[in-house]
Amino acid sequence: MIRLSGDPTALFLPPDAPREQIEEYREKLGFNRPIYVQYGDFMVNAVQGDFGQSLRSREDALPLVLDRLPATFQLAISALVLSLLISIPLGVLSAFRRNSIFDRIAVAFTVLGQAVPSFWLGLLLIYFFAAQLNMLPSGGAGSITHLILPMVTLAAYSVARFTRFTRSTMLDVLRKDYIRTAKASGVPTLRLIGRYALKNSLIPIITLVALDLGTLLGGAVITEVVFAWPGIGRLLMQSLMNRDFPIVLAGVFIIALIYAVINFIADVLYAYVNPQIRVK
Amino acid sequence: MSDKVLQVNDLRIRFRNGKETSQPIRGVNFHVKKGETLGIVGESGCGKSVTSLSVMGLLPIKTSEIVSGEILFNNRDISRLKEKEYRKLRGNEISMIFQEPMTSLNPVFTIGEQLSEPLRQHKKMSKSEIRNNIIAVLKQVGLPRAEQIIDEYPHQLSGGMRQRVMISLALLCHPKLMIADEPTTALDVTIQAQILELLKEIKVKNEMSLMLITHDLSVVAEMCDRVVVMYAGEVVEEAEVNELFDRPLHPYTQGLMKSLPSNNERKSKLFSIDGQVPKPSEIGEGCVFANRCPFAFEKCFAETPPAFNRGKHISKCWLQDPAVKEVMQNEERSIVNS
Repeated sequence: MIRLSGDPTALFLPPDAPREQIEEYREKLGFNRPIYVQYGDFMVNAVQGDFGQSLRSREDALPLVLDRLPATFQLAISALVLSLLISIPLGVLSAFRRNSIFDRIAVAFTVLGQAVPSFWLGLLLIYFFAAQLNMLPSGGAGSITHLILPMVTLAAYSVARFTRFTRSTMLDVLRKDYIRTAKASGVPTLRLIGRYALKNSLIPIITLVALDLGTLLGGAVITEVVFAWPGIGRLLMQSLMNRDFPIVLAGVFIIALIYAVINFIADVLYAYVNPQIRVK
Repeated sequence: MSDKVLQVNDLRIRFRNGKETSQPIRGVNFHVKKGETLGIVGESGCGKSVTSLSVMGLLPIKTSEIVSGEILFNNRDISRLKEKEYRKLRGNEISMIFQEPMTSLNPVFTIGEQLSEPLRQHKKMSKSEIRNNIIAVLKQVGLPRAEQIIDEYPHQLSGGMRQRVMISLALLCHPKLMIADEPTTALDVTIQAQILELLKEIKVKNEMSLMLITHDLSVVAEMCDRVVVMYAGEVVEEAEVNELFDRPLHPYTQGLMKSLPSNNERKSKLFSIDGQVPKPSEIGEGCVFANRCPFAFEKCFAETPPAFNRGKHISKCWLQDPAVKEVMQNEERSIVNS
């Protein structure tokens, strides 16, 4: 797939490079071999943790990617925490006061949040808070203030998704027989919702959060580019542009690994919330 | 001081669904005496469950409304009670057992966590007192290994055991009235008998009244002192249990009894009442049962019959009108004479 964008040598040598020099370069990097040989070679090395070297900087690809991991984690986790803090109470309240004005406004906002593309939202935020108000830096990393804008941009979409999902699961749970049983025991509304209904709706929410955290970690490409955030997403973007494919491959590998780990954590969490799947 | 724990007078309930409204309960009267078991019988959709939920104050607030009538619990009208006040009654003085033991317990909380709620809300007890109480009640309803079950989850118990748990939940605060909405419908026949036996036993032991909602006449015969027969949101007949089975007056009750399969006979076809329960929106003038009644005559379609009271046997049927009876006897005589 990565070769679809063309031969990487074209980007590293001047356009007027002599034919022999190109051939020599291809020879050196192994690009003149058949694709399947290159692929087999890559696989053999990759399972040993060797993704090759960056074509540009001649550094090992994997450490380059791992270097960017903390920044990506910082951004993704803070965006996740922010969106959970907003969306779960919002979704629960929205479900409980179904069809009220509050509910309608919340639903409208979530539709908006899902519809707005993140690069545009990012640019708007930069325009208002960085360019106009001069309150926050427009890009880069290093302090909490650098984190705020990309975090908000990234969280916007998740907030929308989580809120809608929490609302619909909660509506589902509130119709259940056991909620009526709890009511018939004289449980006050706040406790009914906050304790009995919430724990039941957490199970599907965990699934969604696990899926989204993967997206936040791996797919924050646009947000990272817009805010010049030094994370994996931006590195991948740059490497793609440069056809520096060892880095791209290493990055994709790490993201896949992250997905797997997150899903494993989600499975463990299920057992914590849902006794029916607990292993004896 | 009256001996009636619960008295429902001319209760009318309206449901709203968008702009449509319907009246599933239209002028229902009945009462439950102290220590008595009252059976409420009728087929699906006749308003049994709505009636019981209204007594518990559990009707959905947004879509339903008590239009008129009163629900007297210990001579106090609770039909218009504020939610906060109602909560003090629920699970405390009035409690309820639901039809579906499989779905009526919360799957992600232990039995103990769920059973502690009524005590927590209504009694001032320490945690260890609550726990001891729960274990005692679990034992009372005949659950083995109560000390372990209290820490188990609903999915670890069978349907019959779950219904016993539900009964102990309803029993914890020693209610004066327990409502059991089809408590055995979802259970195996052998378990049904055990649960009914248990209900009988704890009713006597706890000196409470029981309102038993069922569509099963054999359950009624087994359990109840008095019976209310409901049809399409109205009480059509009310009598002592023996009186009702010996002399059912309303054609609907008669039909119900005929549809019971008898033990040793194997008839080619079981009896069934023709037609269906009218939807609340279809009900107009006249007797609610008229369109399915084999004895219906003009008056039945034109005027709603009042409740005719003969002794303690009440039925809402024009055939019980003394005036109608006289006319019919005259007609019979003239047929014989001619």
